[in-house]
Amino acid sequence: MSMQQMTTNQRLSRTIQQIPPSGIRRFFELASSMEGVVSLGVGEPDFVTPWHMREAAITSLERGYTAYTSNSGMYELREEICRYLSSSFGVGYNPNNEVLITVGASEGIDIALRALLDPGDEVLVVEPCYVSYDPVVRLAGGVPVAVRTSLEDQFKLTPEQLEAQITDRTKAIIFCFPNNPTGSIMTKEELNALARVIEKHDLIVISDEIYAELTYDTDHTSFASLPGMKDRTILLSGFSKAFAMTGWRIGYAAGPEDIIQAMVKIHQYTMLCAPIMGQVAALEALRHGMDEKDRMVESYRQRRNYIVKAFEQIGLTCHKPEGAFYAFPSIASSGMTAEDFAEKLILEQKVAVVPGGVFGDGGALHIRCSYATSMENLEIAIERIDQFLQKHK
Amino acid sequence: MEREKQRELLHILEENGRRSAETIATMLGTSIEEVKETIEKLEKEKIIIKYPAIVNWEKVDENDLVTAMIDVKVTPKREVGFDEIAERIYRFPEVQSVYLMSGAYDLSVVIEGKTMRQVAQFVSEKLSALDSVISTTTHFILKKYKHDGVILEKPEDDKRMVVTP
Ligand SMILES: Cc1ncc(COP(=O)(O)O)c(C=O)c1O
Repeated sequence: MSMQQMTTNQRLSRTIQQIPPSGIRRFFELASSMEGVVSLGVGEPDFVTPWHMREAAITSLERGYTAYTSNSGMYELREEICRYLSSSFGVGYNPNNEVLITVGASEGIDIALRALLDPGDEVLVVEPCYVSYDPVVRLAGGVPVAVRTSLEDQFKLTPEQLEAQITDRTKAIIFCFPNNPTGSIMTKEELNALARVIEKHDLIVISDEIYAELTYDTDHTSFASLPGMKDRTILLSGFSKAFAMTGWRIGYAAGPEDIIQAMVKIHQYTMLCAPIMGQVAALEALRHGMDEKDRMVESYRQRRNYIVKAFEQIGLTCHKPEGAFYAFPSIASSGMTAEDFAEKLILEQKVAVVPGGVFGDGGALHIRCSYATSMENLEIAIERIDQFLQKHK
Repeated sequence: MEREKQRELLHILEENGRRSAETIATMLGTSIEEVKETIEKLEKEKIIIKYPAIVNWEKVDENDLVTAMIDVKVTPKREVGFDEIAERIYRFPEVQSVYLMSGAYDLSVVIEGKTMRQVAQFVSEKLSALDSVISTTTHFILKKYKHDGVILEKPEDDKRMVVTP
């Protein structure tokens, strides 16, 4: 019998072959193979989930809560999320049919896009942004179209930039404020200006608000809370960042009933439901975790203040991030590309940062530095980056 | 300095009493002078009482102290209640802390000594000998897990990967 083996090219879908591997992977391998690395490369809180949430999960396990929940997630949790969104961001949802508990905001991004897109539909991706938007749009059959923000505009999206990229194939727009990697936020007025363009072109908005709680100078404005926007916005969020719960994999999507129910359909045939232990811990977080959340935010703010000033002092231009826990200084003055900069920095000084280009071309001359690490580590990292800059003058 | 900032400053100092005024000012987004003034004021008002180091003495074997917690029942005195006897007790240098308690006994006294014998001697010869002391019950501490809010000997390593999305 002659059996011809399919080549990898033949075996894998064209879509998956066209998606490049994550740009961070190489750095991760480099960084993990070295000792004594101070890492500013980590996109998650440096706090362990506060004890009483862990305790709540342990207790629920002891009582035998180990089964599936409803597809949409525990009703109590959905109810609590609605209460929270309403009191904190002034946008009301019905726990019965307008909220879905997802496996992290990550799943929410994926199924929102799959619920919306037909092959060839264009999705505006506001860059620099979280690494997964572009590939996930492709996986859903869509065509990602980059809308670039820049340092001159403090990485905020302007209505002109937005309008310039809209075609008659544009179906939706995905953005994240406070932003990963730039830490920039958009004020209510600025968002309102975008809303007018979005309305005019009848776009659907996927608003990733996973960093909503982590703002330092002003309060967060939820896009869905703007006049007329709730009906066209999918609000995505979760517990990973604000409550230091990345490993629990709990997020949520809130939005108009038709879209959320379409997402439930995908979710119920793929995930079934989010893990129950995580849902129990998340419920505890919303009910009793606000003080701890506030303390963590306070601590991020102090470190933000420190790192921004320190960058300026050692000669790296850095706009002041107003949210999330990343600083995004420009390394243009070094004359290196960000990839070069990050690679040399880790080899010579053992400081891990992420080259900005992985978040989109607009970030090419920046590095992302997470300040979700101890003040002691930040001080060491700054000293080492300073030495690095001196040497490469 | 406004109250909220002042509270934040206290948290920063509590976490690390050796942090420079300059760094603290940057962290809080205020001026160095304001930080210095506020710290001085807090010290004067006895809100900041001391800047101690928390030492895990078990790791320093030449200084193997024993600690005992002693429940003390006393007869309070007219006018001064428990305060006078408490003061007489806390003036002994061996005494680390004294608390007035509700419940089965009146004062909780923490003693540190070089040996168990030394602590026993202190209790029988000094503490029990005080007029108002009715009885004492001595508990020796076998191991300290957490002290003044600090968990001793906790593996503090960062369990996160060096770089993640
Ligand atoms: C912008 C953004 N969205 C979503 C996520 C993923 O969140 P989750 O852990 O809830 O899946 C991240 C994590 O880094 C992120 O930065």
